[in-house]
Amino acid sequence: MSLLSITQLKVHFPTQDGIVKAVNTIDLEIANNERLGLIGETGCGKTVLGMSIIRLLPPSTTIEGEIRYKGNDLLKLTEKEIRKIRGKEIAMILQNPTTSLNPVLKVGDQIAEAIKLHQGLDRRAAKAKAVEMLEAVKIPDATKRANEYPHQFSGGMKERAMIAMGLACDPAMIIADEPTKGLDVTVKKQIVKLMKEVTTQKTMLFITHDLGVAAEICDNITVMYAGELMEYANTEAIFKNPMHPYTQGFLNSLPSMGLKAIKGMSPSLIDLPSGCRFHPRCDFADAKCRTEHPELIEVEKSHYARCFQYA
Amino acid sequence: MLEIANLRKYFSSGLLWKQSVKAVDGVSFHIERGETLGLVGESGCGKTTVGRLLLRLIEPTEGKIIFDDIDVLQLKKNELRKLRPRMQMIFQDPDASLNPRMKIGDSIAEPLKLQGHLNSGGIKVKVLDLIETVGLNPEHRNRYPYQLSGGQNQRVVLARVLALNPDFIVADEPTSSLDVSIQAQILNLMKDLKREMHLTILFISHDLEVVRHMSDRIAVMYRGKIVEIGTANDIFEAAKHPYTKTLLSPSSDD
Repeated sequence: MSLLSITQLKVHFPTQDGIVKAVNTIDLEIANNERLGLIGETGCGKTVLGMSIIRLLPPSTTIEGEIRYKGNDLLKLTEKEIRKIRGKEIAMILQNPTTSLNPVLKVGDQIAEAIKLHQGLDRRAAKAKAVEMLEAVKIPDATKRANEYPHQFSGGMKERAMIAMGLACDPAMIIADEPTKGLDVTVKKQIVKLMKEVTTQKTMLFITHDLGVAAEICDNITVMYAGELMEYANTEAIFKNPMHPYTQGFLNSLPSMGLKAIKGMSPSLIDLPSGCRFHPRCDFADAKCRTEHPELIEVEKSHYARCFQYA
Repeated sequence: MLEIANLRKYFSSGLLWKQSVKAVDGVSFHIERGETLGLVGESGCGKTTVGRLLLRLIEPTEGKIIFDDIDVLQLKKNELRKLRPRMQMIFQDPDASLNPRMKIGDSIAEPLKLQGHLNSGGIKVKVLDLIETVGLNPEHRNRYPYQLSGGQNQRVVLARVLALNPDFIVADEPTSSLDVSIQAQILNLMKDLKREMHLTILFISHDLEVVRHMSDRIAVMYRGKIVEIGTANDIFEAAKHPYTKTLLSPSSDD
């Protein structure tokens, strides 16, 4: 059963230079207890997709389509109603903990704030819960650490605090946006392990550009390019049998896979290429790819790709 | 080509109670002509400081740096300036390395103008030549850095560095701010250029896989010291130091 179901979602922003088409007709289902990886490069619209689920986008954004969570369309809720969903039902763990944490508030108090708001606990009980959460994300000496400020935490510790904050109200679903970005190799490994442990009983949309990390954590992976989903499959299939030329190119450009570059660069979301969005960079592109737009089709059981090769 | 011995850099802070940080604590290695030495380590291990010390962008507390039989630390200011064109550095963030108010073409021409070997016509030809070498289009010459992508700007930085025909380049995380598909383009370009122009490179990175791809030998740095140094294969197939093994292991055991 799907917990979250996105249909025909379009998210566009007006800017001085034109309309940024960040999300272009996306359909996506996330099942209960599924951990789905959303992979893509800078500017492909993956963060915008995550933000649109809990409606954290500026008011000038135009959003079309439906985002159904437990059957209710999140896009139709009032601001008051969506506030009850945010943090409590669906929590977001943001990238860059250094700027996401309030530098002048004690870490424990920041975590307690959300608990007070959603669970109606008093100050003392909320603080005790915050300490408990810090323990859950394996911050040593949590009682003392809860009374420290973010600058006294290392990068990895701050990320742990962010995770604790996300989990504080025991949400059913988590949207994690690049939680391992900017962390050192050894710290990254610890955070990946932690994320895996704390989400075993949860539903998660895991947004990242790091395929290695997604492979460790996710059950299924979907690949996003220029505001569209190019491929969707279970994690093993994405690595063993990547179907879309972009996924193949992406894998091959990893240093461990031979560092073979994809030619050209990602298109601007203002001025999207005609036909298949990937055709200017694709080695297999022909006349049809330049003019016609391919659909996401099921090529093998539960393995979808958006490419004419399989049509 | 380059040899450093017992290099140390202590940073001190505090007014009343002096605290000193041993950023680089007795580092020695050498780099052969035409070789790429990879320097890996986590943030704060002192790898960037080593790169800066080599070019004498900062003064070491102690140690010796011999570059092509020249004792770099004994040089006077004007002698050092003569040596500088032969030793160049590529920084992490290409957008911050370029003057935002200068057109790309002017940015590349600037070091040539300062050098004064070429007249303006010669510079123009050389700039176009460099733009082509790094895989940009001639039309990019009249653009500003903000109009180009991170990958393209890193190409501009490369062109600027190559303008002076350096022998030795310190590349400090040149691709850490780029996407994987673009990272691959830049790394492959650097490899090609190294071969064609017989460059010697110190390649600093936190990414072991990237370093493996780029380097002949690898030095692993931890808390200001080199804990292991060897050929890329030795490091990957038969790492000896426990820290190197931790870096290499696919998942941690806390």
